[in-house]
Amino acid sequence: MRIEVSRRQMPSRLFAYLSPVIALALTILLGAIVFMALGKDPVQALYSYFIEPLTETWSLHELLIKATPLILIAVGLSVCYLSNNWNIGAEGQFLMGAVAGSAIPVLLPEFQNYLVLPLMLILAMAGGAAYAAIPAFLKSRFNTNEILTSLMLVYVAQLFVDWLVRGPWRNPQGFSFPGTITFNDFALLPEMFPASGRANIGILFALVAAVLVWLMIRRTLKGFEVRVLGQNPRAGRFAGFSSAKMTFFAFLLSGALAGLAGIIEVAGAVQHLNEKLSVGYGFAAIIVVFLGRLNPLGAVVAGLVLALTYLGGEAAQISLQISDKSARVFQGMLLFLVLACDTLINYRIRFIAGQPSASAEGN
Amino acid sequence: MKKVLGIVAAFGIALSASTAYAAMDKVKACFIYVGSIGDFGWSYQHDQGRLAVEEALGDKVETAYLESVPEGADAERAIERFARSGCNIIFTTSFGYMDATNKVAGKFPDVKFEHATGYKREHPNVSTYNSRFHEGRYVQGQIAAKMSSSGVAGYIASFPIPEVVMGINAFTLGAQSVNPDFKLKVVWANTWFDPGKEADAAKALIDQGADIITQHTDSTAPMQVAAERGVKAFGQASDMINFGKETQLTAIIDDWGPYYVERVKAVLEGTWEQVDVWAGMKEGHVVMAPYTNMPDDVKAMAEETQAKITSGEFDPYTGPVKKQDGSDWLAEGEVADAGVLLGMNFYVAGVDDQLPQ
Repeated sequence: MRIEVSRRQMPSRLFAYLSPVIALALTILLGAIVFMALGKDPVQALYSYFIEPLTETWSLHELLIKATPLILIAVGLSVCYLSNNWNIGAEGQFLMGAVAGSAIPVLLPEFQNYLVLPLMLILAMAGGAAYAAIPAFLKSRFNTNEILTSLMLVYVAQLFVDWLVRGPWRNPQGFSFPGTITFNDFALLPEMFPASGRANIGILFALVAAVLVWLMIRRTLKGFEVRVLGQNPRAGRFAGFSSAKMTFFAFLLSGALAGLAGIIEVAGAVQHLNEKLSVGYGFAAIIVVFLGRLNPLGAVVAGLVLALTYLGGEAAQISLQISDKSARVFQGMLLFLVLACDTLINYRIRFIAGQPSASAEGN
Repeated sequence: MKKVLGIVAAFGIALSASTAYAAMDKVKACFIYVGSIGDFGWSYQHDQGRLAVEEALGDKVETAYLESVPEGADAERAIERFARSGCNIIFTTSFGYMDATNKVAGKFPDVKFEHATGYKREHPNVSTYNSRFHEGRYVQGQIAAKMSSSGVAGYIASFPIPEVVMGINAFTLGAQSVNPDFKLKVVWANTWFDPGKEADAAKALIDQGADIITQHTDSTAPMQVAAERGVKAFGQASDMINFGKETQLTAIIDDWGPYYVERVKAVLEGTWEQVDVWAGMKEGHVVMAPYTNMPDDVKAMAEETQAKITSGEFDPYTGPVKKQDGSDWLAEGEVADAGVLLGMNFYVAGVDDQLPQ
C-alpha cells in the first residue's frame, strides 16, 4: 500500500475558516484523553484550563497582560508571513525595543514629565524596527536566508540585554544583582482599572494596531502589494512591485510592533528592565499568527486563546497538581492540530492498495 | 561579633514589631519554583523541603507548588493566584521573584510571604531567607588544597552576584589555610543550568591544569566530565555521588526542610513574625554530603573544620585577609561584616581571575 498526497483543486472556504475551531475542539478532546490517562477528572481539568481563568476579574486583567505582547507581535508577523518574509526573530526585536525604550528612564532618571512615556514608545518602535532591518538588509542585498539571520539575532539580543543589566545599566543600589532601577512613575504605563487589577493601556495599542494593519491589508494598495508579492512574487514584479522594498516594509513594521510590545511589557507589568524579560513571546506569537489565519483581527482572538492556555496551565497545576509540562503539551497539540487541519483542507490523502508503481519508487 | 543575622535566624527573633495572629487548625503552604522539580539541583532541593513539611506536619498542612515559573511578568500572576487560592504562607524560591513577592504581599496582608535570597521586605508579612553556603565552600577549599597535586582548582561560576563571589572567596581562603600558594581559576558560565556549557567549562579548566573541579551551577555535567578525566570534584546543591562515585569528594546540600517546617509551624501556631534569616551549618540548613574518595587525615581535617563552623567557634571570613589588589581587608582575628558579604563585589588575594564588573 502507498500513500499519495495531492493538492485539492478547490479547497473549501468554509473549512478554511473553521480549521482553527476544529483544531481547538480536537485539542480539547485529546487533552481530555491525556488528563484521563494521568488519572485526573477531564471535566475539572478542562474547566480549570479554559473557564476558571475567565471567572474572576483579576484573572481577566492578567489575561490581557499576557495577550498584549502576543497580539502586537503577531499582528506585525502576519504582514511578514503574508508577504513571504519569514521573520522568526521577533523575540530579538521585542528585546531591542525594550532596551531602546528603557534608555530614557534608566539613563535620564531625572527627566520626569508627560513626554517621557510617548518618547519611550517611539524609541522602542525605532529600536525594534532597526534591529529587524538587519535581516531585511541581508536578505535584499545578499539574498541571505532571513529565517536563519533573524533567529540568530535573537541570541545576540538576549546576550546584549544580559550584559546591559549586569553591567552599565545595573541598579547601583541592587547589591550587584542584575536589573536596572525601577522606573519612575512617568515612565510607567497607566493601569486601566487600578481598583480591580493591573491591566494597563498596552492592550489598547494592540487592538489599534490590529485594526490599522487589517485595514491596510484589506483596503489599501499597499495591502494588495503585500498579498500579491506573497502569493506570486513574479506576478508582483510584473505589476511593478519591488520585492526588496516589501522585505524592508514587512520587517520594519513587524520589528516596530515587536519593539512596542517589548516596552509595554517592561513599562507595564515588570517596571524595570532585567535579563528575565525574554520568555518566548516572539516565538509563541508565531503560533498566534497561524491560529489567527494570518489575519490581524484573527490574531487578537488567537492571542487571547493562547494567553488563556498559559493562565489555565497554572490553574490546572494548582487544582489538579499536574506538571507545568502539561501546559506546553497543550500548546504543542494546538499548533500541531492547526497545521494538520490546514494540510488536510488543502491536500487530499489517498491510500492506494497494491505495489508502488515504477515511477513512484523513485520518489 | 557580626554574625547577627545568623543568630537572629537561629533563635527566630523578629526584626519587626510583632503582631499576634490566631492559631489555625490547618495551613496551606504554597511554593513557587523557578526550575523544574526534576532538575536535581536548586528547585529539586526546595521541593524536598516541601515534602519535609508534609512529612513533619501531616494532616495539619496542605501543600501546592508551581514549577518553572518565569521571573518576569508572569511571577506576579503566579504569586497572586496562590494568594487568592487560599494559601496561608507562600514561599517564592528565586531571587527574581523579589519585586513581585513584595507587590502581592502589599495586597494580601493576611498571607505570609517568604522570599528566598532577596533583600526587600517592604511589608510586615514578608520574610527573607538564605543560607550561608560559603561555610561549606571553605571546607571544600581545604579539602581541595590537600587533594590537589597541581595546586590549582577550577571553579565554574554562574553569575557575578554577591553569593557566588562569596563562595569563590571562601573556597580560596579555605585552600590558602592549607597551602598559602594555592591558585583558583574561575570560568564564568553565565548560566545556572546548561549542561553543555558547564561541561565545556570543566574541560577548559582541567586543560589549564586544575585537578579539582567545583561548581556554582546546577547541573551534574561538571561532575561527569571530572569523572571522565580522572580528577576530583565537589557536588552542588544536592548530593551528586551517583554521577561520580569515584569522583565526588563531598557536596554542599541545601537543606531547606528545617526552615520550611519551622515557618509553616509558626503560621499554624499563630507565632509567625517577619525575619531575615541567613543560616548555615549550625542550624542544619547547609549540610555536607559524606566525605568520600579521600584519605582519612583529610577527612578528619574536614570534619574538624565543619565542627568548628557548626559550633560557631570559627567563621570562614576571619582575618587576616587581603583583597585581590593587595590592600588589607580584615585585620588579624577580625570577622567580616554581614553587610559587606551580602554585597560582595571583590575577590580576595589568590583568585586567578578578573571579576566581571
